[in-house]
Amino acid sequence: MIAVESLAKSFGSIRAVDGISFTVGKGEILGFLGPNGAGKSTTMKMITTFLPPTSGTAKVADFDIWENPLEVRARIGYLPESAPSYKDMNVYDFLMFTAEVRGYDGEERKNRVMRMLETCNLKEVAWQLIDTLSKGYRQRVGFAQALLHDPEYLVLDEPTDGLDPNQKQEVRALIRRMGREKCIILSTHILEEVEAVCSRAIIIGNGRIVADGTPEALRSRSVLHGAVTLELTGEGIKDALADLQKIEGVARVEELKNDDLPAKTAVAEGEDAAGSAKNGKSSLRVRLFPKKGVAIAHEAAKFVHERKWEVDAFTLEKGDLNEVFYNLTKGGEKA
Amino acid sequence: MRNLKAVLKRELRGYFESPVAYVFIIIFLLATAGCTFFISRFFDARVASLDPFFVWHPWLYLFLVPAVGMRLWSEERKSGTIELLFTLPITLIEAIAGKFLAAWAFIGIALVLTFPMVLTVGYLGSPDYGIILTSYLGSFLLAGAYLAVTCLFSAMSKNQVISFVLSVVACFAMVMLGVGVFTDFLNGFLPVRISEAISAFSFFTHFQSFQRGLLDSRAIIYFVSMIGFMLTANAIVLEMKKAE
Repeated sequence: MIAVESLAKSFGSIRAVDGISFTVGKGEILGFLGPNGAGKSTTMKMITTFLPPTSGTAKVADFDIWENPLEVRARIGYLPESAPSYKDMNVYDFLMFTAEVRGYDGEERKNRVMRMLETCNLKEVAWQLIDTLSKGYRQRVGFAQALLHDPEYLVLDEPTDGLDPNQKQEVRALIRRMGREKCIILSTHILEEVEAVCSRAIIIGNGRIVADGTPEALRSRSVLHGAVTLELTGEGIKDALADLQKIEGVARVEELKNDDLPAKTAVAEGEDAAGSAKNGKSSLRVRLFPKKGVAIAHEAAKFVHERKWEVDAFTLEKGDLNEVFYNLTKGGEKA
Repeated sequence: MRNLKAVLKRELRGYFESPVAYVFIIIFLLATAGCTFFISRFFDARVASLDPFFVWHPWLYLFLVPAVGMRLWSEERKSGTIELLFTLPITLIEAIAGKFLAAWAFIGIALVLTFPMVLTVGYLGSPDYGIILTSYLGSFLLAGAYLAVTCLFSAMSKNQVISFVLSVVACFAMVMLGVGVFTDFLNGFLPVRISEAISAFSFFTHFQSFQRGLLDSRAIIYFVSMIGFMLTANAIVLEMKKAE
């Protein structure tokens, strides 16, 4: 278990981390979210004993970062931001060095390094200088270094930074697999990553925790959560707007304009509009916002069916993590 | 201790896997030989002594040792690997000692490679081998002191050039404290006792006692404690600056 207790760090007059507390247990993958400069990396550097906190402490497997920093380090696998490594060494030698420092000898050391080269798909570049490798490979070297001693605790600072989409998927799958028996903290500013990988997310703004929960719970804080978005076609559909207000549980109906759409759907919509003009019909895009805590999907479907409108699309919104993130972190800035 | 060995091995390999080692060794050997034969006129002196060889060491080390040591911490801080190093289960002392000893050993190797000098003087006459031995020891300790100063300044800046320049200036000051011109200047306005105390801190005066063939315990203690002091300062600077 990693237990962080009111950890704080100041650089001069700047309060980078301002009293953060949380615990992460085995089998959890905790995502650290926050805008740049929110204090994610600083918090991780303190947990991994690189930086001494200004106040507060953290315990990793009951070892205190102040009292037993070496025990803490021995138990953590750490991937620092942008995966620094000794560029004048080749991949094999670099991993052999970290294996030696981790306390492995002889055959065992060699076997561990070979296994890591395999796990991280580094075999074909094992004898190349790290300096000559691409960003994706360097990131994998960083991963190999962090996983070499099969640590119980993993701290990953932006693990998918600089990887292409395929590599990102690979790394996320790897993290999910490891997450079953390890305790992982990872930081990111990619929101899908949190949804794809993490079992829990903490949003940090200005050095404080502004939200803590499962990605679903965080998403439900969004105004969009539980809303129904409809695309309707039919004659005289324009009048439907007022009609839709009558659905039970609906608080508010909003018409969506084309420019609200992301670029991709806007094109599709354009084609649609042309199509419906031919038929002499018009289309309408609306979003129904529910009253607090009311589920409206069922009622909405029934209502639309009764009116015999043609439904082009029916979406139950889960909520937008981006929006939650924006509101929480912007709100913090003003305060 | 095993981690110290790991760091030491890594650093030492680093020297030999890059051109730095070969450039340094060749320049060192050419410069020592050149100074001995062409400036000190070793053959004209017709004396079977390596004095004209060792007398140049404080001045050659002035540039060569900072060149060897400047990257030790600067590079580590610049490339961010310091974060890697100090989140591995390595203590600060092991890391500092490992790096220092690796660079010192490297200079030691270069110094050993000057052995043809000894063969030459042994072939031409019958020198006092005791003096040669103590001179080598003194030269090695002197290099260690320069290197410790360089380590300290290397930890201070991420920029290797700045580390180099500051190290050269600092080493130059440590040498000049004991050189005649400077002590004469101090004697002009300070009581002799004080100017002597100042020059007693010089690398130069302590190196000279080795050149006279003395194994002066004071000089050995001086160099060892100077190295210890500089490396301690190195540790403090690193703790303060590693986050930047």
